[in-house]
Amino acid sequence: MPTTSALGYDDLPELLTRLTGDEKHDRAALSTLDVLWVLYDRVLRVDPLDAEDPSRDRFLLSKGHGPAAYYAVLAAKGFVELDALDGFGAFDSTLGYHPDAALVHGVEISSGSLGHGLPIAVGMALALDAQGQGGARVVCLVGDGELDEGSNWEAVQLAGRLRLARLTVVVVDNRTSTYHWPGGIDARFAIEGWDTERIDGRDHDALERALGGTGVAPNVVVAEVSR
Amino acid sequence: MSTMRSRFYELAARALDDDPRVALVAAEIGLSELPEDHPRLFNVGIREQLMIGVAAGLAREGMRPIVHSYAPFLVERPYEQIKLDLGHQDVGAILVSTGASYDSARSGRTHQAPGDVAVLSALPGWTIHVPGHPDELERQLHEALRSDGRVYIRMSDEANGAAVPAGGLVVLRRGSDAAPVVLAVGPTLDPVLEATSDLDATVAYLSTVRPFDAAGLRALMRGTDVVLVEPYLAGTSAAAVASALADRPHRLLTLGVGNLELRRYGTGADHRAAHGLDADGIRRSLAGFALPAAA
Repeated sequence: MPTTSALGYDDLPELLTRLTGDEKHDRAALSTLDVLWVLYDRVLRVDPLDAEDPSRDRFLLSKGHGPAAYYAVLAAKGFVELDALDGFGAFDSTLGYHPDAALVHGVEISSGSLGHGLPIAVGMALALDAQGQGGARVVCLVGDGELDEGSNWEAVQLAGRLRLARLTVVVVDNRTSTYHWPGGIDARFAIEGWDTERIDGRDHDALERALGGTGVAPNVVVAEVSR
Repeated sequence: MSTMRSRFYELAARALDDDPRVALVAAEIGLSELPEDHPRLFNVGIREQLMIGVAAGLAREGMRPIVHSYAPFLVERPYEQIKLDLGHQDVGAILVSTGASYDSARSGRTHQAPGDVAVLSALPGWTIHVPGHPDELERQLHEALRSDGRVYIRMSDEANGAAVPAGGLVVLRRGSDAAPVVLAVGPTLDPVLEATSDLDATVAYLSTVRPFDAAGLRALMRGTDVVLVEPYLAGTSAAAVASALADRPHRLLTLGVGNLELRRYGTGADHRAAHGLDADGIRRSLAGFALPAAA
């Protein structure tokens, strides 16, 4: 349910302390914290009081692992009640270790199994194009490890060749992929026709600038975050 | 008579023209039969995981996607996408397959999907149609287009000579009260009718197997014996029959495609006979179960 809370970036640590999870998920959660904050604070046109507005921007957290940062940002922005944070992972909680869109207000997709968000994002972008839905953007967050899944590359290939300009992918790159990406993640997207940018994933101004604009092709923002 | 596949292409093209919610998602299959330049026909290339994900995204935005490919590439290869992108996201789509269990016998095992209905049955909320005639396919597709649900339509090159005009469990021949009920699914109806033409058997027909018409079967049963004849993996609906008759003594014989690597090519008719699903094979099985007169 939407709330009227309007909390700031400095409130996030307190919200995170209300959430509990195992250490593995904690580390991943924090890697996405700044990207998520900048998206919800400065970039996405979303409203907790009108979460199904057809003209809204769509945000898809494909990397559903470690959602504590996501829940904390959603709570700070009024999508999730603060009290819900306390039950993280419990049987009767709406907030699990992977988000369920049917349970959490404002969450566009359920995620957890890796490599599913980006193909769905391509379908959403195609639908919005077919429906002539103005400036609504589709933003999908993936992890660098998640890009191991081949299903992502089916989506990257098609989105590039169809020039789905309303689609933005942000890769939170904390170098978890065991075999890494020789030549760089951005180069893999560039060869498929995407506009690319590589930035510091903790730099809010750089994130805002990189995530803010759309061109004539889909774009990827590789947000580097130390482990 | 047109084939199910040719009828489907006609109907899909018409639906694209008539209803702005309808989209068609394909992976290079059937394009020569479809209006390829239509703005809501999305060919994703040979990318079947993406095919389902794209359908989910379209549905999430209010469209009604029809997804079409060969059964193994539509159901088995992107099975997790079907489970999660459609089911767990709780969006609908109409999956329409071609090839069935062994229509593409010459192409070998890679193009055969006798397990498709069984694996889809393991997911909640699916309506599964197994049409036995192009007219049944037309009725089922229209019904699916009017809903927002998750629907699988399994087309086949095998078809019965005449359509059964109603849905649900339909009785086509009545035997005595003690006679076994032979439940034919989709294209198995004609060989079942031939196999039982001179036997004391009740023949009933199903072209929709999920949800399973348990009430229809319960209302029909007078005796104890059921013979389930399915054009895919034998026993796929055995649990549904057992559940329908849980409080009644009964015996169940399941006929269908054997769960084995046949490693044969040839024709669909060759495979139907090899799995005992032609009239002679069905009659042999009946003789060994409830109808010694069939011997």
